[in-house]
Amino acid sequence: MSKQILEKESVVVKFVGDSGDGMQMTGTLFSDAAALKGNDIATFPDYPAEIRAPHNTIAGVSGFQVHIGKETRIIGDKCDVLVAMNPASLKANLKWVDKGATIITDGDAYDEKALEKAGYAANPLTDGSLSSFCVISPNITTLAKETAMAYGLDNKSAERTKNMFCLGMVYYIFSFDLETPFKLVDKRFEGKGKVAEANKKVILAGYNFADTMEVFASTFQISSVNLEKGKYRNITGNEATAWGLLAAAEKSGRQLFLGSYPITPATEILIELAKHKSLGARVFQAEDEIAGICSAIGASFAGAMACTTTSGPGLSLKAEAIGLAVMTELPLVIVDVQRAGPSTGMPTKSEQSDLNLALFGRNGEAPCIVTAASSPSDCFYKAFYAAKLAMENMTPVILLTDGNTGQGSELFRIPKMSDLPVIKPPFAKKNDAEFKPYRRDPDTLVRQWAIPGTEGLRHRIGGLEKTDVSGLVTTDPANHAKMVELRSEKVMRLAKRLSKQNVYGNVDANTLVVSWGGTKGVVYTACKEINNSGKAVAHAHFSQIMPLPENTAEIFAKYKKILVCELNSGQFANYLRMSLPKFKYEKYNKIQGLPFTVNELVNAINNIIK
Amino acid sequence: MSYKSIERSKLPLTQQDFASDQMVKWCPGCGDHAILSAVAKVFPEIGYKKENYCIVSGIGCSSRFPYYVNTYGFHSIHGRANAIATGVSIANPKLSVWVATGDGDSLAIGGNHFIHVIRRNIDINIMLFNNKIYGLTKGQYSPTSDLGAVTKTSPYGTIEQPFQVGELVIGAQGTFFARVIDTNPKFITEVMHEAAKHDGTAVVELLQNCVIFNDGTHDFLSNKETKDEFQLILHHGEKMIFGKNKNKGIRMRRNGLAVVDIGPNGEGMEKVLVHDMYDPNPGVHLMLAKMFPPHFPIALGVIRAADVPTYNELLQKQIDESLKKSKIRCVDDLLNSGDTWEIE
Repeated sequence: MSKQILEKESVVVKFVGDSGDGMQMTGTLFSDAAALKGNDIATFPDYPAEIRAPHNTIAGVSGFQVHIGKETRIIGDKCDVLVAMNPASLKANLKWVDKGATIITDGDAYDEKALEKAGYAANPLTDGSLSSFCVISPNITTLAKETAMAYGLDNKSAERTKNMFCLGMVYYIFSFDLETPFKLVDKRFEGKGKVAEANKKVILAGYNFADTMEVFASTFQISSVNLEKGKYRNITGNEATAWGLLAAAEKSGRQLFLGSYPITPATEILIELAKHKSLGARVFQAEDEIAGICSAIGASFAGAMACTTTSGPGLSLKAEAIGLAVMTELPLVIVDVQRAGPSTGMPTKSEQSDLNLALFGRNGEAPCIVTAASSPSDCFYKAFYAAKLAMENMTPVILLTDGNTGQGSELFRIPKMSDLPVIKPPFAKKNDAEFKPYRRDPDTLVRQWAIPGTEGLRHRIGGLEKTDVSGLVTTDPANHAKMVELRSEKVMRLAKRLSKQNVYGNVDANTLVVSWGGTKGVVYTACKEINNSGKAVAHAHFSQIMPLPENTAEIFAKYKKILVCELNSGQFANYLRMSLPKFKYEKYNKIQGLPFTVNELVNAINNIIK
Repeated sequence: MSYKSIERSKLPLTQQDFASDQMVKWCPGCGDHAILSAVAKVFPEIGYKKENYCIVSGIGCSSRFPYYVNTYGFHSIHGRANAIATGVSIANPKLSVWVATGDGDSLAIGGNHFIHVIRRNIDINIMLFNNKIYGLTKGQYSPTSDLGAVTKTSPYGTIEQPFQVGELVIGAQGTFFARVIDTNPKFITEVMHEAAKHDGTAVVELLQNCVIFNDGTHDFLSNKETKDEFQLILHHGEKMIFGKNKNKGIRMRRNGLAVVDIGPNGEGMEKVLVHDMYDPNPGVHLMLAKMFPPHFPIALGVIRAADVPTYNELLQKQIDESLKKSKIRCVDDLLNSGDTWEIE
C-alpha cells in the first residue's frame, strides 16, 4: 500500500496521561523538535495541582498540547492527534478531539481496574463508542518495555519508556527526521548513562512500528514557518519574563534583585533567575510573599533593580507593601502570573481575574502602572518595559501575565541587546545641595533616586504621608490632598509618553473587539476568520492598562459597538466603563480556567455584528 | 573581632555629624531617649563614612528611630523591617545596616521575618526595644508581656506564655545575642560596638521602660536597691560574678546553671564559669539567656557571638564562582544560548 502524504498548514497534538507518565517532557520533546525543524509552535501545559494524584484516575490526568505549523498564534481549539496513555486520560480529553482525528492509546492500559477507575462501564476500544475516530491501540507498554530492557533498563524504568514509544509514532506521522529528536534526548538524559540510549531505541521502535505495521492511513508534512527573517528559539512565557528583567538590569546598569516565594504558576521565573548569578542577579527566596516584596523594596531603596514575582494569592498578600512602594515612590516590578481564583482557586488553571486587584487592591489611594503581556515571547518585552517604566518613573509597576502565557511556549525571535532602548533612572547627584527627597521633575512629576552610600544625600523615607518636596512626615490636610493628587497625576501623565494603541483587522468595521493580556492570539485569530469570511470586525488588544493609551477614547469613538472579551466576569469592561463612561461596552466572558477557543469567539463576535 | 570592610570616613566624626533636625517625639521619661543617645555615640566611633549607615524600622514607638539620626533611613510598615533590611543588605554591600524594632513589631506581626533573618545570618544589626507592651497603640499586651499581665486587652491578665527573646534568637540559629538595659547607656554603647563588629545578624535586646503603659516592668534591674543582685554583667573571658559585694557567681551543676556564693577568701570561685561568647555550642548561651529572677540574675552584655558564615559572604562567593565558570557573561550570551536557529 503506498502511503498518502498530506500537506497541512498546522496541526494540534495533545499528549495526555497520568501525572507521573512524563507527558510534559514528551510534549516538550515533540515541540522542540518541531521548532528546530522550522515549524512555528505554541504549547500549553494542562496539569493537575497534585504531583502524583491517584494512578489511572481522571483527577490525575496531566496533559501537554502542542500546536505546530506555519503560523501558530494560538494553542488550537481541538486536536488532530491525541496520545492518551490510559483510559482516564482518554475520557477526560475526548471532548477536545475532532471527529476523524487520530487517537493513539496504550492497549495494555485497558484492564478492568483501570476502566473502572476512569468510570467506563465498557471498554471504549471495543464497544464501538470511538468509531468516529481513527484509533490505534497497540500494546505500547509491552513493546516499549521489551525494547528498553534489551538495552539494560530495569523492569520499572523500562516500563516508563512507553511515552517514548508513542513519541516515536507521532514523529512518524508528521514525517520527522529522527536526528534532531535524538539530539534532544541525549541532552535531556545527559549523564544518565544507558537511559538516553534506551529511550532513543524506544522512540525508534515506535517510529518503525508505525512504519512497518502501516497503522496510519496517511502521514503529514507540516508547512514550515512563515516568519520574519532572523534567529529564533523556543521560549516559555516565564523564561521570557525572567530574561526581560535581566535585560533591563543590564541596560540600566543596575543589579537585579528578585525577592520571591514559590507559587504556581509563577515559580519558573524564580527558578530561571536563580540560575543567572553570572549576570549578577541576586535572587532571594523569601520566607513568605510579604518578605518577597519587602526585601525587594529594601533592595530598591538600596539601589537595585528590584522585582518580585507571584500569582494571585501572593498578590493579595503583597498589597500593603505595594502601598509602601507607592508612598515611598521607589521603582519595583511586581509580576503576577494570574491563575483561577478566588483564594487558592485552581492553581494550575489560567484566568485574567486579578485585574481589579492590580488596579485597586490597596488601602488608601495608591495608583500603580499596570501592564499585561500578550504571549509567551511578549513577556520578554513587557518585563523589560515594566522595569524601564518603574525605574524611570520611580513607581511600582504591576505586570500581569497568566498561567497559560507563563507556562506556554512559542517561537521567539532573538533580539540584540543593542536594539533595546536605553533605561535612564533619575539618579540624584552626589552632594547636590538642592536635593530634596520629594522634589519632582516639573513635567513628569518623578522624584529622584538617591542611593544609600552616596555622599551628601542622606534622607529618610517611609510609609507615613510626606510633605511635598521636603519629604518630612506630616498630617497637614492640604498637603495630603496635594500628595494624593501628585501620586495619581504622575501615573496618568505617563500616557502622553507611552506608545499609542493599535487597531488590527478591518479598522473601518462597525464593531470593535477589545481584548487584553494573554488572549491576543486567539482573539486575533477569531477576528481574522470573521474578516476572511466576508464580514468585518476591528480588534484592539491592550497591553497598557493603567494608564490607558492616550488615544483610547479616540479609537472607541469610531465604532458603533464595542465587545470586550476577557477570561473573567468583566473586569476590564468595568474599568473601561469607569474610565471612559461615554461609550457602551458589551462583554464576552469565560470563567472556566480554560483559554478561549477560536470557535466560541467567532460565534460571540458574529452575534454582536448581526 | 574588627569592624567591617566598609569605607571609612577620612575625617573624624562626632555625634553632631549624625544629629537630626527632627524633634524627638517620644514621651518624657521614655527609655528610648537613653538608647538614642547611646547609639548616636556609636556611629561616629565606628567611623564608617556617614552615608554608609542605613537604619530601617517597622512600626511602633521605637520605629520612629530613623527620623532622629541623620543617616539614610527607611521607616517602613508594621513587622517588615527585617525583611526590608534583608533586601538593603543583600543589594548594597557598602552599607552598615541597623534595624530599630520592638517586641510587637519583630515578635508578633513580624515574627516570621525575625526568625528567618536570624536563621540566614544576614549581615545586619537588630536593636530590639523590649518594653513588654504595645505603646503606640496605647497599652495592649505584647508577645513578651509576662503571664498574667493586666493590660487594656487582657483586663483579667494574659493567659499566654511570653517569648523570651534570647531563647527565640538562639533557637532560630542566632549567631549573636546581647541584652542591655536603658538605664545603663554606657554599656549600651559598648555592646553596640560588639554588634557592629559581628559578621551576621546581631540581635541586641534593649530592655526599655514604657513610662506610660508599663512603667517599672524592668524595675528589679534598674532599682538601686536590687539591681546589683539581679544584674550579671558578662564580659568575654571573665568569670560570671555578680552581687553588690561581688560575692555570687554562676556555676554549672548537673544539667543546669546554679548560683554559687563566693566566700570572703574566694572560696567557691574555682567553680564559677568563665564566659565564652564565641563558643559555637549554644548550650551555655541558651541557659544564660533564660536566667530570670528571683532565683537567678538576668544576664546582660554579649551572651553569644558565634563565628558562622553570613548569607552575604556565601552569596558573594557564589556570584564570584559563577563569574569564573559561566560562559554566559551578558544578556546577549543568554539570549543566544541553547538551541537556536536561523530563519532565512
